[in-house]
Amino acid sequence: MTKNSAKPSLPGVEDIYRVTLSNGITVLARSSFNTPSISMGGYLPAGSIFETDEKLGLADFVSSSLMRGTQTRTFDAIYNELESVGASMGFDSGVHNLSFGGRALVEDFPLLLQLLSESLLAPTFPKSEVEKLRVHMLTGLALREQDTSDMAAMAFDRMLFEGHPYSRPADGFVETIQSITRKDMQEFHQRYFGPKGMVIAIVGAIDPKKAAEALENVLGGWQVPGQVGAPALPACKPVKKTVKHHHVLAGKSQSDLVIGMIGPRRKDPEYFSASLGNSVLGQFGMMGRIGEVVREKSGLAYYASSSLNAGTGPGSWEVSAGVNPANLNKAIDLIQKELRRFVKSGVTKEELADSQANYVGRLPLSLESNSGVAGALLNIERYNLGLDFYQRYEGMVRGVTRADVLETARKYIDPDRLVISTAGP
Amino acid sequence: MENKITQVTLKNGMKVRLKEIHTAPIISSWMWYRVGSRDESTGTTGVSHWTEHMQFKGTKKFPANVLDKAISREGGRWNAATSRDSTHYYETMPADKIDLALRLEADRMNHSLFNPKEVASERTVIISEREGHENEPLFRLTEAVQQIAFRVHPYHHEVIGDMADLHAITRDDLYDHYRRYYIPNNAVLALAGDFETKTMLKRIKELFEPIPKGETPSRLARPEPDQKGEVRFSVEGPGETTFIQVAYRFPSATHPDYFPLQVFDGLLGGVSGLSSKTSRLYRELVDKEYAVEVSGWAEATIDPYLYRVTMITHPKRKPEQVIAALDAEIKKLQDVLTSKDELKRAVKQARAVFVYGSENITNQAFWMGYVEMFSSYEWFTTYLDNLAKVTPQDIQRVAQKYFQPASRVIGIYVPKGNEA
Repeated sequence: MTKNSAKPSLPGVEDIYRVTLSNGITVLARSSFNTPSISMGGYLPAGSIFETDEKLGLADFVSSSLMRGTQTRTFDAIYNELESVGASMGFDSGVHNLSFGGRALVEDFPLLLQLLSESLLAPTFPKSEVEKLRVHMLTGLALREQDTSDMAAMAFDRMLFEGHPYSRPADGFVETIQSITRKDMQEFHQRYFGPKGMVIAIVGAIDPKKAAEALENVLGGWQVPGQVGAPALPACKPVKKTVKHHHVLAGKSQSDLVIGMIGPRRKDPEYFSASLGNSVLGQFGMMGRIGEVVREKSGLAYYASSSLNAGTGPGSWEVSAGVNPANLNKAIDLIQKELRRFVKSGVTKEELADSQANYVGRLPLSLESNSGVAGALLNIERYNLGLDFYQRYEGMVRGVTRADVLETARKYIDPDRLVISTAGP
Repeated sequence: MENKITQVTLKNGMKVRLKEIHTAPIISSWMWYRVGSRDESTGTTGVSHWTEHMQFKGTKKFPANVLDKAISREGGRWNAATSRDSTHYYETMPADKIDLALRLEADRMNHSLFNPKEVASERTVIISEREGHENEPLFRLTEAVQQIAFRVHPYHHEVIGDMADLHAITRDDLYDHYRRYYIPNNAVLALAGDFETKTMLKRIKELFEPIPKGETPSRLARPEPDQKGEVRFSVEGPGETTFIQVAYRFPSATHPDYFPLQVFDGLLGGVSGLSSKTSRLYRELVDKEYAVEVSGWAEATIDPYLYRVTMITHPKRKPEQVIAALDAEIKKLQDVLTSKDELKRAVKQARAVFVYGSENITNQAFWMGYVEMFSSYEWFTTYLDNLAKVTPQDIQRVAQKYFQPASRVIGIYVPKGNEA
């Protein structure tokens, strides 16, 4: 609409710099000089999948401890360096990966890399810090016990993924957190941390090659000969008939519910059909069809939506809502009816076109900030999508047909084989 | 950050703020109204927030459910929120689709239907929203602190409103509220992004200037009398975790002490947007195991409001010990001059947070409108300079002036286990 309008600039082969460091770490970098700042993100395969049931929460505990002290700096010194220049960095733990992220003004980028390297290579797990963190984690568990949505979600995962690593809460239980020792943490670090499988994305006001050189200097020398690779994921057990569970939480005004089934993996060919179908079901506009019947028409809930959690393995495909305890069964019935309708007749031409337009139109928004682009680069690498993924994206989205959505819905959703988990009074 | 903007007032009194940013093909549009929970009387608390919900329930041109779908179809991101002093609606869109957002905002400024059936179904949605809040111990505590801190001023109640009023408010209460406050001379429209100012302004005039001006509503102003003596109270509820909230009186965003207090907040609780693990409170309270978590929080408001320190008590401590540790830390800022280096550090932190914020067009449009609700754009452009002017003496003075026990409210959430 203007003479000097900006061009859409989707990351692609010509401006994503991808290189492997001498020790195998994969680096993806892209420059953006709009602001004098840099975002960084990455992951390595050291998630909770390696924990035993007895030490549940170990990977989470380790990730929280990485910046609590290294061979060269104390906890306070690490954060003092970061915060003094307005930079930030953090680690988080998932089932498969330990992930990290950070940002800084461009002049402080070397500091960010230095602290990343120290935290990954040389954490010392100081005894006093570990004990302080243990109390923080136990407090987190006490709060979780009182949270209707956390408790409903936890029981949902337990039932849906019975016997599978996805069934376990990554933050553990009181008794497992109490049983984890400093030695457990050191051993976890020695065995599973290393350059194999590690990926880093750098986006911001820096030449991509220079960013990669800087990473080679601080992390290229990291060698861990015996680094243990991730075990294969077991298959998920199919749900044979609808199962229901209610977790009683006294003194609450609202109940939470989660209803769902197992969905596809991110790499499965029907991922886009499932994702667009899910958008119609419980995302588009005011939370899709689910929002329409539960919130807009019946006024039962402030939030009612669906989500598709496709990742490395098959994730959940779930509907969640928070409702007055007296309306719990009514809401469950409405949601089940919507699921039946969804697998019976799929989506309309108009609904599909709406969600397709939404997916294509919103892409520039999700890639606006440096951290948004860093996340996109990591997505490309993690699921092997190809450097031109975001340029092919529109075609893939528009290529999904009504028949694809219906076929995918029927493949994954059986309204008579649902897991229904609720928590509240 | 480039701060050049165009500021125009339309013939009907609507203010327009425009900022060209050509880094991405995106435009963000924010419509602000000078109305919030502070404009509500007993009996209709929550009416501003409910009115905001009704703005998604349709006009003749954009019937219920068409409007949000229309924005989503174009790949836009949209939302709305009500605060104490203002209400806003935003749409961030691909640049070539922004006209839809503008047409929609112009239409719902004076053509919303407030259909009684939609009012009825939204009543239970909002009650459900409140019930969700009530599940959280911290909401219960925060609401109670506010109710005790303000007896006279309408900052007394939470934005969501009291449950009794959510059951009692009528369709006409809502519609009257809408007609009174949703007029061009009570609104500010701010756009940032990939447009040309001249063309954009012309389009805005076409759409908004025909909307008739109304009588500028006066704002409810019942100043809170000075507090004479500390108030301590407790609320009880389920769980095992003890929360403490200590609320001090804080001046309005345009008071000269606001900037020294911002720096004070950065030193005490940490700069918002950073990890805050080297703030004074983290070092003294969390690191020394009085609290598991601590945060400081102030809001930029039109009238004096609160600065709140919220803490989760460490299991081995009693609330009195945690409060004593907080007092000791505040006393240090009152007794000992802060070093110039520490002040410099606080300013660098604020500058970094500003830079990160400018990566995002939505955020830049937000600021242009938001500051108009309590001040002007100059407040924003001079923010970092004003922080840099703060001296150690200023910090000491505001610490002594505002952080006295006699004018604070302390609330404790006492957990009663799982049988409450």
